[in-house]
Amino acid sequence: MLRKLGDYLTLMYQTFSRYDKSLVFRKRLLHEFYNLGFTSIGIVLILSVFVGAVATILVAYNTDNPLLPEKLIGFSARQMIIQEFSPTIISLILAGKLGSQIASELGTMRVTQQIDALQVMGINPANYLILPKIISCLLFIPVLIVFSIVIGILGGWLACVFTGVITPTNYVVGLRSWFEPYSITFAMIKTVVFAFLITSISSYIGYTVKGGSVEVGKASTQSVVVSSIAIIVFDLILTQMLLT
Amino acid sequence: MIKVEHISKSFGDHLVLDDITATFERGKTNLIIGQSGSGKTVLTKICIGLFEPDSGVVTFDDRPFSNIKEKHKIDIRKDMGVLFQGGALFDSMNVEENVMFPLNMFTDMSYEEKLERVNFCLNRVNLKGVNHLMTSELSGGMMKRVAIARAISNSPKYLFCDEPNSGLDPVTSELIDDLISEITEEYNMTTIINTHDMNSVLKIGQTINFIYKGKLWWQGDSKSVLHSDNKELDEFLFSTELTKRLKTI
Ligand SMILES: Nc1ncnc2c1ncn2[C@@H]1O[C@H](COP(=O)(O)OP(=O)(O)OP(=O)(O)O)[C@@H](O)[C@H]1O
Ligand SMILES: [Mg+2]
Repeated sequence: MLRKLGDYLTLMYQTFSRYDKSLVFRKRLLHEFYNLGFTSIGIVLILSVFVGAVATILVAYNTDNPLLPEKLIGFSARQMIIQEFSPTIISLILAGKLGSQIASELGTMRVTQQIDALQVMGINPANYLILPKIISCLLFIPVLIVFSIVIGILGGWLACVFTGVITPTNYVVGLRSWFEPYSITFAMIKTVVFAFLITSISSYIGYTVKGGSVEVGKASTQSVVVSSIAIIVFDLILTQMLLT
Repeated sequence: MIKVEHISKSFGDHLVLDDITATFERGKTNLIIGQSGSGKTVLTKICIGLFEPDSGVVTFDDRPFSNIKEKHKIDIRKDMGVLFQGGALFDSMNVEENVMFPLNMFTDMSYEEKLERVNFCLNRVNLKGVNHLMTSELSGGMMKRVAIARAISNSPKYLFCDEPNSGLDPVTSELIDDLISEITEEYNMTTIINTHDMNSVLKIGQTINFIYKGKLWWQGDSKSVLHSDNKELDEFLFSTELTKRLKTI
């Protein structure tokens, strides 16, 4: 375990050292934006609408008390979406999608000796393959999460319109109450940390696969499990650290 | 010229290579032969720097290559072409991009120059009009040839081939052998081929290194290989029904 952590840190060191050609890097980065980022937009948007709607309905249902003002519901739903649902739930979903994608891609390259081929050509494979993945995820996952927050809040509004748990007007009033910009900062810090965890952990697991296609499959599953656990653990740590 | 001197390598307590010393000459096809599991691939991987030897040193034209920092290896690596056993083509790229890859990484040629070089190399391995096929659309023999084209695209001085014709039919493997020995002569490369194909041994074995039980057991060439009085070599060479019968003729 400790040894794995050491290997992981060594790999990250290799990833961030020795730039090859910057032109090539830019091309690889664009490729990863498409490969990892663009293909994730759909799933994030769909999930966010539903998560936002469910969050709003749940809050409304659980605070069904005439003493509590209705705008509290809009407020609570907003806070939940910004602080937890969008950054954490969506990151967990992305850990599933990106984690398996990255681990299986790198794992396949490892077992078919494509990584060896890069290395004997005199290329730093970690830098060539992993760095563009990490950088592109660090850049686009926060953008995705901002989208997700907006769409999630919209989903809450749609829930109000279609189920009538509260009036949409009151929901909007709630949304605009007691707004603290720091909650956005908090969400973004979490997102960036999660993005790094997802990409670096699944890259490490995929990059170090030994064996054949069975092991690649296992690595892909393992990377989803490990990066999800890492996300949850860091969620707790960051929430403690940043909100208290 | 590539020299390996006193190379030993073990995995755990399994000694795979035991004090191997050999010279691979420029402009020649140098063969490493031996039974499956005898350590041919391990020796090749040590030569190309994917494994470090436990002891001993590999030198490329007197430039040391073992147990030095990765960044000092790059210069030699740029002179190196490697044909992996499975081809190891990049499956996210098509044929043209694969062959162009070393040029993209290490040269400042314009796209037209690179394309010209790619087409030249593909022509050289008798492939035409396949530039835009993905690697999954190629047959085994085509993959090997594309991999050769990629290995030679940046004009290497040293060419390593790990079992270039395993899994190919006799006609295609003959073609591949011819191709490798032709380009070796043409570009005056130091070529190391790792094989257990008897036909290759006889045809392109300009120098032959037989590895047995981790030791360099016998050295010679395609002429002397059939008449050696080395028992283990004989057993290895004449192990199949076909070759046994040939010997009795
Ligand atoms: N990474 C490794 N870790 C542990 N043992 C290894 C490793 N690579 C090779 N070996 C061992 O080294 C020995 C030689 O393997 P090698 O692949 O060099 O054989 P080979 O001569 O190339 O055989 P083949 O003709 O089947 O390709 C084998 O016993 C193998 O188990
Ligand atoms: Mg082998």
